[in-house]
Amino acid sequence: MTEDLDNVTEHTVDVLVVGAGGAGLRAAIQSAEESAETAVVTKSLLGKAHTVMAEGGCAAALRNVDERDNWKVHFRDTVRGSKLLNDWRMAEYHAKEAPDRVRELEKWGATFDRNEEGWINQRPFGGHEYNRLAHVGDRTGLELIRTLQDKAVHTDDLDVFQETTVTKLFKDGGRIAGALAYDRDTGGLHLFQADAVILAGGGFGQCYKYTSNSWEYTGDGMALAYEAGAELMDMEFVQFHPTGMVWPPSVRGLLVTEGVRGEGGILRNSEGERFMFDYVPPIYEGEFAADEDEVLRWLDDDDDARRPPELLTRDVVAKAIHDENEAGRGSPHGGAFLDISWRDDEYIHKKLPSMVEQFEELAGVDITEEPMEVGPTMHYAMGGVRVDPETEMTNVPGLFAAGENAAGLHGANRLGGNSLSDLLVFGKRSGEHAATYVEELDDAPAIDHDEVETAIDELMAPLENDEGADPYDLHEELQEVMDEGVQMIREADNMEAAIDQLEDLWERARKLSVPGGTSYNPGWHRAVHVPNMILTSLAVARSALMREESRGAHVRTDFPEKDEEWGDVNIVIREEDGEMSLVTEPSPERPEKIQEIIDADPEEVSSEAYGAKEVMP
Amino acid sequence: MAAPAETTQADQPSSGPEEPPRGGQATFEVWRGDEDDGEFETFEVETQPGMVVLDAMHEIQADQAPDLAVRWNCKAGKCGSCSAEVNGHPKLMCMTRLEDLEEGPIHVAPMKTFPVEKDLVCDVSWNYEQNEEIEPFDGRELETPAEKEKGEFRMQQEDLDRVQEFRKCIECYLCQDVCHVLRNHDKYDAFQGPRFMIRYAGVEMHPADDGDRVEEIWDEGGIGYCNITKCCTDVCPADIEITDNGIIPMKERVASEKFDPLAMLWQKVRGED
Amino acid sequence: MAAPTEQRDEGGIFGTQREDLWWVPPTIIAIGFTAFIVYSTWAAWVGEHFFTGLPEAAAAAQGTNYLSPFYSPCLLQGCEHGFLAGVIPLEIGTISPAFFILWAPLGFRATCYYYRKAYYRSYFADPPACAVDEPRDDYQGETSFPFILQNIHRYFLPFSLALVGFLTYDAILAFKFSGGWGIGVGSIVLSLNAILLATYTFGCHSLRHLVGGGKDCFTCDEGDETVAKKSWDFVTFWNENHMLWAWLSLFWVAFADLYVRLVSMGVIQDLHIVF
Repeated sequence: MTEDLDNVTEHTVDVLVVGAGGAGLRAAIQSAEESAETAVVTKSLLGKAHTVMAEGGCAAALRNVDERDNWKVHFRDTVRGSKLLNDWRMAEYHAKEAPDRVRELEKWGATFDRNEEGWINQRPFGGHEYNRLAHVGDRTGLELIRTLQDKAVHTDDLDVFQETTVTKLFKDGGRIAGALAYDRDTGGLHLFQADAVILAGGGFGQCYKYTSNSWEYTGDGMALAYEAGAELMDMEFVQFHPTGMVWPPSVRGLLVTEGVRGEGGILRNSEGERFMFDYVPPIYEGEFAADEDEVLRWLDDDDDARRPPELLTRDVVAKAIHDENEAGRGSPHGGAFLDISWRDDEYIHKKLPSMVEQFEELAGVDITEEPMEVGPTMHYAMGGVRVDPETEMTNVPGLFAAGENAAGLHGANRLGGNSLSDLLVFGKRSGEHAATYVEELDDAPAIDHDEVETAIDELMAPLENDEGADPYDLHEELQEVMDEGVQMIREADNMEAAIDQLEDLWERARKLSVPGGTSYNPGWHRAVHVPNMILTSLAVARSALMREESRGAHVRTDFPEKDEEWGDVNIVIREEDGEMSLVTEPSPERPEKIQEIIDADPEEVSSEAYGAKEVMP
Repeated sequence: MAAPAETTQADQPSSGPEEPPRGGQATFEVWRGDEDDGEFETFEVETQPGMVVLDAMHEIQADQAPDLAVRWNCKAGKCGSCSAEVNGHPKLMCMTRLEDLEEGPIHVAPMKTFPVEKDLVCDVSWNYEQNEEIEPFDGRELETPAEKEKGEFRMQQEDLDRVQEFRKCIECYLCQDVCHVLRNHDKYDAFQGPRFMIRYAGVEMHPADDGDRVEEIWDEGGIGYCNITKCCTDVCPADIEITDNGIIPMKERVASEKFDPLAMLWQKVRGED
Repeated sequence: MAAPTEQRDEGGIFGTQREDLWWVPPTIIAIGFTAFIVYSTWAAWVGEHFFTGLPEAAAAAQGTNYLSPFYSPCLLQGCEHGFLAGVIPLEIGTISPAFFILWAPLGFRATCYYYRKAYYRSYFADPPACAVDEPRDDYQGETSFPFILQNIHRYFLPFSLALVGFLTYDAILAFKFSGGWGIGVGSIVLSLNAILLATYTFGCHSLRHLVGGGKDCFTCDEGDETVAKKSWDFVTFWNENHMLWAWLSLFWVAFADLYVRLVSMGVIQDLHIVF
């Protein structure tokens, strides 16, 4: 490097992983095990990534609790849950490989809850036909991240850069060449010369005011990819988890695990009615319990009883709570009542310990005695970077994406429990294929120094600008715009207004100003994040305006029905001549055999004829 | 979300206090400084119902001191990032409600045991170094045909319960902060601290682990420095019984292997070296 | 690793940011222990008025048969109480019988994991309270002499278990009066004493280790499972409130001695019914 970059620490690695959540760590472990020199950068300390917030479990057809389960039923549930809009090949890899990924964690020291026979226990969850979620009480994500963390620190060829933010990706002749990052503690700059980059930076919950996501979720991975020329897809599909806390204000949006409903939690409106019985959509007709009596039998493990309607997919439950409020039957703070208190105290403490603690300490509510008040909260981005289903590589050679950062597996709606399995399956795949990609490269790409200098100038500008917008203000405005215009329930007028405001914010974000220096300066950190959030929000708003139908998590009052025309196309975003261009592209066509599985009844798929015993074809 | 609806049922719970506690305003004295120097700076913050200390720090960042350094992530007591000392008590700022604190100004300071990087943010890298030195989980081979077919360890829940308690650890390092061996006696080279005593316990008691770390717990771990005064257990936000269920059982295992001639003889006789 | 932040000078010998009354609990504990030590030393030293069945107490004792727990089992000649009387060929009056047995409960409690916590805090200020600075710099914990000896805690355990047996035996004999079987306040006092000592002893951390805690798996060795797990569960149950049982049994043993002493001296009269 030239003298100009004296104050930049340089690293040369084969694979750079951006993000140390479940996907990033799993990718890094795989890449390092394939003997690629691997570096992981994470904005937080190691082990603090948002994966720790995943509570309910990790979906995998282990068949430990219900023998009728197999990968095909899991596959079918995932595709149907996605409202037939996901990439069926990803869903197939996912359903087939998830069990092995879970078992592998156990060999690395994870301690999943056991069933009576001593195998990994599995709990029921929304949209899953059979008990399928491997779990550890209600802190499954913590178990996953700690296991991967311990594995990673004892893996050779793997370096972790904690509290480090990537701000720019560099390319050489169209291929990825590396990245610029800065140390959040000291402000020190790092230049990674990397032949492959895996984006595993999660989603963008911070674009919304009420979200279950942490500060890290600022759409960095999507913005970095977009700016590097990669494509985004399905950005209009934003999952609102039906059960977030709504009171007190300080914790509004905080997640209440779906596990509460899996363990028998009942949703009631202000009139005391168990309203979910009235909201079973036609696609699930006949698959859910008809009355409370059947629910009780189901909780008693009666194989003939059907699941409670509280376990409908998240989009359906969130919409139902919204509709109850519209009809004037909401809870005092605009949600619904979720009641688990009818179950045994000890059982609740054993199965949902952190929920007990969360409500006791933050809301003063004893959930073993009284109902919780819950309402929808922004939870997950189904959309993200478009990748090849097998290799997780984007259209930019050497750039990969996995986990929430990537699109494809979840389509219009994600099933609970499919996120942790997504991280593991596609984290591993991306790590493996990134290492292969690097090995097959003939020559190492090089970073252009001028580009690095420009990127450093851009990064430092907010500290040097005497005047400019305050990133805290912009962030607050952004959240208001998204809450007003591109919430769970959408309408053209609101979205158009939101897009105008977002464009205005984008302009103002070109010149930001913050006081203080480079050492742990949250104002500066936010100045780095705000443009990413605005960019991601624009992608969401524009995609949502374009899709003129209601499907899964995307609900429009002006187009309240599903539209067949939109049923097999995805909206893809790419940069063209400095502009954000949106096009529709046909979803991958499903072969007849695959379509058959999706259309069949679960019992059929579980039967011998469908190869029920077959674990891996 | 729709506007709050009137509730018609008299017996519905109110889900929290109706009146804002602490009179709508609170005074905070927040430590500002770096590794060399610093002092407490006073801020006034508008309060709202259910507010936690971390909310107040965010209010200060947004309106008064944009560069106030605070480390946080989940804001739900699950990640262990926002450790600090509130009125002298090691706490997670996200789980400390203002209404539970004593009247008067609220002191917020960084953890004392680790070097300050800036304001409330400490350099906790020492802890990560300790973890790297501990022998990780060393899983046994799958044994029975059933295990091999399943690809899983067959373990009973009652055997896993003890280990799962330690796995609740969120690595907030409040136990490390409050431990007087580190906090007052600076035994960083001799004692790895309570968090890593339960890390040892978590792998050592694992029913499928083949490793033996008892020597390591005494030598590298320095468990002898712990005088079981239990402050670690008192501050643990994950409610882990660090001392009774983790450290003391490990001390007993050390005693069996190093200080108890009868136990040592018994192990020789039974061929469990 | 750099030294901890010294810039935040909290002043004083016990520097802290805490504003609550952190010094109250360690002070109360120190007073409690000191009172017990002073009383028990005196009570053991005096060597008289420990058994209401002795001839010299007969007038005052109204036919009761109460032995102070500090003096149980009484090993000297002339102790007409229990089968171990006279094991040591010395007459009562030559030396206090308490000296032959008190070392066992003393050693058990002194090396007990709960008492260690309490006296390290209250007597050694190591630390005085959580997040409060310590006056002394030098600290070796339990890595060197004398505190490394805490590791022999388990060797006191069999004696303490035996003592539970002796005190139970004493409690039974306390229902026997010169006029036959009956029940008195003293019988209840001594019964409670045996029960409280049992709750404390059965919650011992070393016992918890020995009955099953030392295993990585309760159910893996076949046949062994229920015994190890059930014993461990039993000890764990009493262990959870080890501090409470430690204090109750400590207070009660002193009270029991005092009660026997006062009856034996004729200061108070024991209420009892003989059937």
